[in-house]
Amino acid sequence: MRVALCATCLVDQFFPEVGEATVKVLRHLGVDVAFPEAQTCCGQIGFNGGYRKEAADVARHFVETFEPYDHIVAPSGSCSSMIKVYYPELFADDPDMLERATAVGEKTHEFSDFIVNVLGVTEVGGVSTGLVTYHDACHLLRELGISEEPRTLIQNTRGVELQEMPKSDACCGFGGLFSVKFPEISTAILNEKVGNIEETGASTLVANDCGCLMQIRGALQRKGSKVRPKHIAELLAEGLD
Amino acid sequence: MPEVKTSRFKSESVKALANDNIQRALGAPFAHFVDGRKSAIDADYTEESWESMRDRAAATKAHTIERLDYYLDLVDKNVRRNGGHVHFANDSTHANQIVLDIARQNDVKTVIKSKSMVSEEMGINDVLEKNGITPVETDLGEYIIQLAKETPFHLIAPAVHKTKGQVSDLFEKFLDSAPTDDIEKLCIIARDVLRDNFAKADMGISGANFIVAETGTVVLVTNEGNGRMTTSAPRIHVAISGMEKLLPSIEDVGLFLRLLPRSATGQRITSYNSFISGPRASTDEDGPEEFHLILVDNGRLNLLKDETLREALSCIRCGACLNHCPVYRKVGGHAYGWVYPGPIGAIVSPMLTGLKEGKDLPYASTLCGSCRDVCPVKIDLPKLLLDMRHKIVKSGGGTMPERLGIGQWHNAMKTRKKLEGKVRLGRFLQGAVARKGIIKRLPLPVVNGWTKSRDFPALAPRSFAEIWRDDLSGGDRS
Ligand code: SF4
Repeated sequence: MRVALCATCLVDQFFPEVGEATVKVLRHLGVDVAFPEAQTCCGQIGFNGGYRKEAADVARHFVETFEPYDHIVAPSGSCSSMIKVYYPELFADDPDMLERATAVGEKTHEFSDFIVNVLGVTEVGGVSTGLVTYHDACHLLRELGISEEPRTLIQNTRGVELQEMPKSDACCGFGGLFSVKFPEISTAILNEKVGNIEETGASTLVANDCGCLMQIRGALQRKGSKVRPKHIAELLAEGLD
Repeated sequence: MPEVKTSRFKSESVKALANDNIQRALGAPFAHFVDGRKSAIDADYTEESWESMRDRAAATKAHTIERLDYYLDLVDKNVRRNGGHVHFANDSTHANQIVLDIARQNDVKTVIKSKSMVSEEMGINDVLEKNGITPVETDLGEYIIQLAKETPFHLIAPAVHKTKGQVSDLFEKFLDSAPTDDIEKLCIIARDVLRDNFAKADMGISGANFIVAETGTVVLVTNEGNGRMTTSAPRIHVAISGMEKLLPSIEDVGLFLRLLPRSATGQRITSYNSFISGPRASTDEDGPEEFHLILVDNGRLNLLKDETLREALSCIRCGACLNHCPVYRKVGGHAYGWVYPGPIGAIVSPMLTGLKEGKDLPYASTLCGSCRDVCPVKIDLPKLLLDMRHKIVKSGGGTMPERLGIGQWHNAMKTRKKLEGKVRLGRFLQGAVARKGIIKRLPLPVVNGWTKSRDFPALAPRSFAEIWRDDLSGGDRS
């Protein structure tokens, strides 16, 4: 089984430690991880902005890069949903690409989805400490329907207790371009999320998407909060050799 | 038609964020709608059965909209058979003219109205007033915003942003009543005024929640009983509706009467469900002598031509997508700048009034998908918003900095080599602003809004690809 890691552009350039943790967990679970070095981005930024021509170029490059593999794993629900749900939309008028993109989409899995539903693993074996609260990233939850898998993996991490926050499924206000175009609204939504996170008394916030994490971390850091944001891969990698 | 202010979304939303009354209104009442919806659905349905009801409703709507010509003919025939009149209006001016003509022919002085979003599109109250006819809204919320000369803040709760103090002030100013902060007293004041008008009005204008083609029946769903008064007390009843409100058969109505109140307010059934098929029959004791149905296009047929966006015509105006939208819940209804707010408004308002002015609205969404999940007719709102963004860009509507940004991104992401070149440049440039991996202030226009409230991460010193190459690949490079 050849498993290709799609690092996602955010992890690749801003949060490489998340990529390292992803590799560590997958290897620990016996996965033969490959990293196709030609990869760049899934194209979501352009697609969400309405720039479909540009997005299609980037997405085509993605499909060409990843189609030789059996599985593609991405530490992001948002990128996974772009590939699985929106590539067919993007290539609706290009039958050849539509077929290839759909095939790639079927082999693409978000990280926690892959571990639980493809590998059949519900306990990774790491050890961490403290109270953890989990934020449901919108695309992971509502495009891909994944909410139990990450919770199971968190709960089955030794030393960790999961404390649900109020409205864990409420958006963090990131929305990519939205956070730049409407920073005031984005911040107002974010502040509510941060309030809900802090209400739990958790020391760690876990999410499966670096978009949400970038947004939430931005506010936590700015206000000097003690809550540490972590990608789920980082939490699961703790205590693994 | 009320002034189109969709182009001011950005500035109006910032104002709304700073408005305490609006922020308060967006809290508890909406939490009540959201929680109420969930308990009402959970109480009666399994997830599967609710889903299958939504599927059936979506299919019924799609079927009707695809055969709109046929069903419009059918409704025309059946309303006439019932003794009513049917009028087709191209736009709001035309629709207003039809109402005025009916009013003039019948020497109408006072018009009472029950809630109708299409009449908001038409700005009919202004038109009537200018022609010496007094319109009186009889839905309490609509009455309040009529006095305040505002557009609705919400599809089903038009005055939810008004405090009791503001309502008391309005009543004092326009009705000469004594100030009070007792809500019951305020209701009594309004009821007395409205009662008089119910008694003296010559014409009642209503909307239509559904129109049954097979029987020529207008279905009205209200909670205050004012709809029933409006459509039965005056001599003339004029129902105004968008052309898309049709349902094929009376048997379809039950499904929608279950979906609508649960989605809207969390009620299992609305207090008043009226079925109106034409004027009073010779055997009826009362009811209007004349019945008119005005079916308004006002941009809908254009929307119908668009294979993707026509899905928006399935909307039954329940308001659930507003209640669950993180953006609407922060900025409220007026920021959207026209009659329809929230996610559905971000689609419908620009499509009916001009995509150029309203081009910010489809972007005013995080694409979180909550709206799609709660929509009783399963409109894929994020998909439609994305489609509109594409249309805006195709027609040259993207801003200059955005085009530049996307151009850079496009170029960088074409190949790994190009990406790495850009990243090297970025790492060099960020040296001036990044400290310990954090950027506190982005000194570039457009993106500088980000760092007013949030830190931005700096580009990592080594990308993951480099780390892989150097440390992780173990020579296994692909
Ligand atoms: S789009 Fe759907 S959820 Fe929104 S108002 Fe219309 S029917 Fe209700």
